[in-house]
Amino acid sequence: MIKNQTRHYGLISIFIHWLTVIVVLGLSVLGLWMVDLDYYSEWYKTGPEVHRSIGVLLALLLLFRIAWRYWSPPPASIETHQAWERLFARFVHWALLLLMCTVIAAGYLISTADGRGIDVFGWFVVPATLTSIPDQEDLAGDIHFYLAMTLLAMASLHGLAALKHHFIDRDGTLVRMFGR
Amino acid sequence: MKKISKQKWLRGLFVGLALSATSGTSFAANYDVDTKGAHAFINAKFMHLGYSVLHATFKTFGGSFSFDPDNLQASKVSINIDVASIDSNHAERDKHMRGKKFLHTDKYPTATFESTRIEPKGGNKFVLHGDLNLRGVNKPVAIDATLISHGKDPWGGYRSGFKGFVTLDMREFGVKSFMPLHTVDMELFIEGIKQK
Repeated sequence: MIKNQTRHYGLISIFIHWLTVIVVLGLSVLGLWMVDLDYYSEWYKTGPEVHRSIGVLLALLLLFRIAWRYWSPPPASIETHQAWERLFARFVHWALLLLMCTVIAAGYLISTADGRGIDVFGWFVVPATLTSIPDQEDLAGDIHFYLAMTLLAMASLHGLAALKHHFIDRDGTLVRMFGR
Repeated sequence: MKKISKQKWLRGLFVGLALSATSGTSFAANYDVDTKGAHAFINAKFMHLGYSVLHATFKTFGGSFSFDPDNLQASKVSINIDVASIDSNHAERDKHMRGKKFLHTDKYPTATFESTRIEPKGGNKFVLHGDLNLRGVNKPVAIDATLISHGKDPWGGYRSGFKGFVTLDMREFGVKSFMPLHTVDMELFIEGIKQK
């Protein structure tokens, strides 16, 4: 039950899904909070360091997650799902993945705009690559913020849809993600 | 002897023509600040936590001045700065300084300086009084300035160069946070090429 079955999610997918929920929400709260910190706050340096480091680790998790979709494709839609629901769900799932990738890429381009790499908890450094986009840190900053907000909106829609399946349609869509 | 006096007479005529042409009382020439060749710098220096001094430079600015070495007081200076072009060699810090709490460059993208009068201080030193518009606030400032030198350049132009120094209290320009010492030392190195 490590891999996904035709009707059930495997442990790896379930673990990655919920870990991503926690990390994305955590990074969102941390990100919004840290940009307004006073210069003399003890979190002024640590907040962004943790945000950047976890962002890089989330990128690695995302890469694995996308690869895992091919090694172990997600289970088929539940039979009672309407055609439009399946289409919409597929769109939202890919939009969530794509948004996470672009938000992280934009965040990376802010921090590396001057050629400095990103030090991940002192374990390793992700080097800078693109540094010569005009107004890179500002442009990437706007993209990072607005796409992150879009990601949160899309994730809310995703969560509301799961609740709709659970409480209104009374199907197994939500409980499947808990290993049922 | 006759020849020389004729030359003098001619020069006098020229000066008279020039005077009537500019309808002013000075022989001030107009100069463009040489930003193209980057022979001009506007730098900011400020304390970091009281331990060290940070340096930043404005990469984009422009301006012009009129200047007469024999009549400094007739000089005029006009400078405009793209505030968002601040560069302190750290992208995240620059982004932070462009933010609302500091320079708020989305709302106030340009800073301008217009001179109002020149106060000679002897030799090549003078005080350049003018209005600085920064972060939407207009304040009179007095820049301690020095004429470094002026003369021909090797490529057929004529140049004059100045340096200036002024300390700004950022609280006066609406910056309330980040800076315990509140002051920024501004250094200006302005080289101008005479307009043709």
